[in-house]
Amino acid sequence: MSQTSHGIGGLSYDAKKRPWPAEFNVFLALVILVGAFELIGRVFLGDSFLFNTRENVDAIFNEQRLQIIILQVSIVGIIAIGVTQVIICGGIDLSSGSIVGATAMIAMSFAQVATVNGNPNPKAMFIAYGWTDLPVIVPLLVAIGCGLIAGLINGALIAYTRIPPFIATLGMMVTARGIAKWWSKGQPISFPTDSFAAIGKGLMPVIIFISLAILFQLILSYTRYGKHCYAIGSNEDAARMSGIKIANHKVLVYVIAGILASIAAVVLSSKNLTAQAGMGVMYELDAIAMAVIGGVSLSGGRGSIIGTVIGSLIFGVIISGFTFLRLDAYYQEMVKGVIIVGAVVLDQWRQRRRAIGA
Amino acid sequence: MSDIVLKTENLTKHYGGVHALQEANFELRKGEHVAIMGDNGAGKSTFVRQITGVEQRTDGKIWFDGKEVNFAGPIEAREAGIETVFQNLALADDLDVPSNLFLGREKVLFNLGPFSILDRKAMRRATEAALIRTAVKIPNLSSTIRHMSGGQRQCVAIARTATFASKLIIMDEPTAALGVQETAQVENIIRTLKENGEPLILISHNMRQVFDLVDRIVVFRRGRIVANLRKQDTDGNDIVAYITGAKTGQAELQAA
Repeated sequence: MSQTSHGIGGLSYDAKKRPWPAEFNVFLALVILVGAFELIGRVFLGDSFLFNTRENVDAIFNEQRLQIIILQVSIVGIIAIGVTQVIICGGIDLSSGSIVGATAMIAMSFAQVATVNGNPNPKAMFIAYGWTDLPVIVPLLVAIGCGLIAGLINGALIAYTRIPPFIATLGMMVTARGIAKWWSKGQPISFPTDSFAAIGKGLMPVIIFISLAILFQLILSYTRYGKHCYAIGSNEDAARMSGIKIANHKVLVYVIAGILASIAAVVLSSKNLTAQAGMGVMYELDAIAMAVIGGVSLSGGRGSIIGTVIGSLIFGVIISGFTFLRLDAYYQEMVKGVIIVGAVVLDQWRQRRRAIGA
Repeated sequence: MSDIVLKTENLTKHYGGVHALQEANFELRKGEHVAIMGDNGAGKSTFVRQITGVEQRTDGKIWFDGKEVNFAGPIEAREAGIETVFQNLALADDLDVPSNLFLGREKVLFNLGPFSILDRKAMRRATEAALIRTAVKIPNLSSTIRHMSGGQRQCVAIARTATFASKLIIMDEPTAALGVQETAQVENIIRTLKENGEPLILISHNMRQVFDLVDRIVVFRRGRIVANLRKQDTDGNDIVAYITGAKTGQAELQAA
C-alpha cells in the first residue's frame, strides 16, 4: 500500500497470478492430443503418429501426415478467420457454408475453358456468349463480388433491422444454397482454366490460409477496426456511448466474413477442378467449431485468429489421428461433436471462475 | 457571465403526462463542484440526461461554455467537452485500460479509414499521464477491465473523463456500488479534480460524501429544484428536510 497526498490508494498486483493467455491452453490441448495419438500408435500399432518411421525417407517427422493435417483444414480455416471476427464482435455467421456453394458455382462458370480434348466444353455455361478462357482475375472478382453482396445483406439486416445474427445468417444460409442449386439446375460446373486451377493446387490452400490468418491477426491486434470488434463484442452499449458507429462496423464485419467465404470457395473449387451445389455443406459449423475450440468466446469480446488457427489444427489432428488408428469416419464426427460442446463448457467454466476472482 | 460554465433556464422534460423535470434553473461556475441530491424519481437523472443530450428536452434553454447549445446526442455533448461517468459503467470488459480510455477516439499512426493503425505507445503514455493527473492507481495497465474490482473500474471510468480536455465532468452516483476503501479512492480523485479546477456535477445519495466534497448542494424534489444552498449555509438535517419535502424552498429561492 502506498501513501498518496489523499491517503491510501493503490492496490496490490501479483504478476504471477496473471492468467494464461487462452491460446496457450488451446496449444496445450493440441500438444496433449498429438501426444495421445503418438502413445496409442506406439503401444497398439507399433507405428508413430508424428515421426517418420519409413527407412527410405530421410526426415525427422512424418511430413506427409503433417501436410495432410493442415491441408484438409485450410479451406474451412479461411472461413473460420472470418467467422472468428464475427463472433468476437458478438455475432454469429451460419451462412458461410452456403456462400461457399453459391460462390463456387457462380465463379467457376466464369473460369471455364472453351474446348476439352478438342471438343467444345459440354459444361461451359456461357459458351454461347464467348465467355470462356477468361483471365483468372474475372472469376476472382466475381467470387469476391458474391461474398461482398452476401455479407452486405447479412450485415445490413443485422445492423439496421436489428434482427438476431442467428436469424439473418440462417436466412442467407438457406437462400444462398438455393441460389447454388438454381445456378446450373443442380449440374456440376467443371473444366476450369489452368490459371484458375493453379489457385488451389498442392499446398496453395495452406499458403493462402496462413497468409490470411497472419493478415487478420495483425488487423485485429493493431487497427481501429480490430479494437472496435472487441469493444462491441464485450459491451455494445459502452461502444455506442463511446461514439463507435456500431451499424457501419457490423456491416463491415459481415462483408469481410462473406469475402473470406468466397475466397474459400475459389480455393475449394480450384482444388477440386469442379463446382457443385452441395459444396461447403456444414462448413459454417466446422468453422464456428474451430473458432470455439480455439478459445473464441461465443458471448463475444474474446478470442484471436491464432487461437482459431490452433483450433483448426486440433480439428486436423483428430481427423488424421482417427485415420491413423484406422477408425471409421463415423467416430470422427461423434468425437468432433463432443469436443465442440466440451470447448464451450470449458469457456463458460473459465468465465465463471474469473468472475468469482479465483 | 464569463465564468459560468453551464446554465439552464426553465429546463423542462415531460414523459407523456409525467412531468419529470419542471423549469429547472441551474448555474455552474468555473472550478465549482456542485452536488445534486434528491429522492429516487426526483428528477436528478432526468436533468443530467437533458444536459448530456441523451434525451431531448421538452422546453427550456441550455448554455454551455458561453454558447447556447442543442445537443442532438451524447456524442455531440462529449465533443463539446461534457464528460459523463454513467451509473452503469460504459467500459468494455475485455479491453485493457488504454483501450477503454481511448474507446471511440483512438490515436492512430497511419490513417487508413477503419483499418487505421493504432498508436498504442502514445495511448499508453497518455493513459499513464491521465492516471497520474487524477491520482488513480491501477496496478497493471495491460490487464483487462474484467479482472478489476468495482473501485478500479470506476477509477478507469473517471480517468477517462480526465484524459480529454473536458470542460465539465458529470458523475452519476460514482460510489453507489463500492466498498469503503474503493469509495475513498474515488473521492480522492474528485478532490484532485477540484485542486485542478475542473468543474463537476456530482449526483449522490451519500450525505457525508456530499458535505466532504462539494461547494454547493442543489436539491430536486418532484421534478423541481427546491433548494440551492452553499455548503456552509446548511447541514444534513436541513438537506434531508428539503429532500423529504418537510421544508419547501420556494421562499428562499425567490429571496436569493
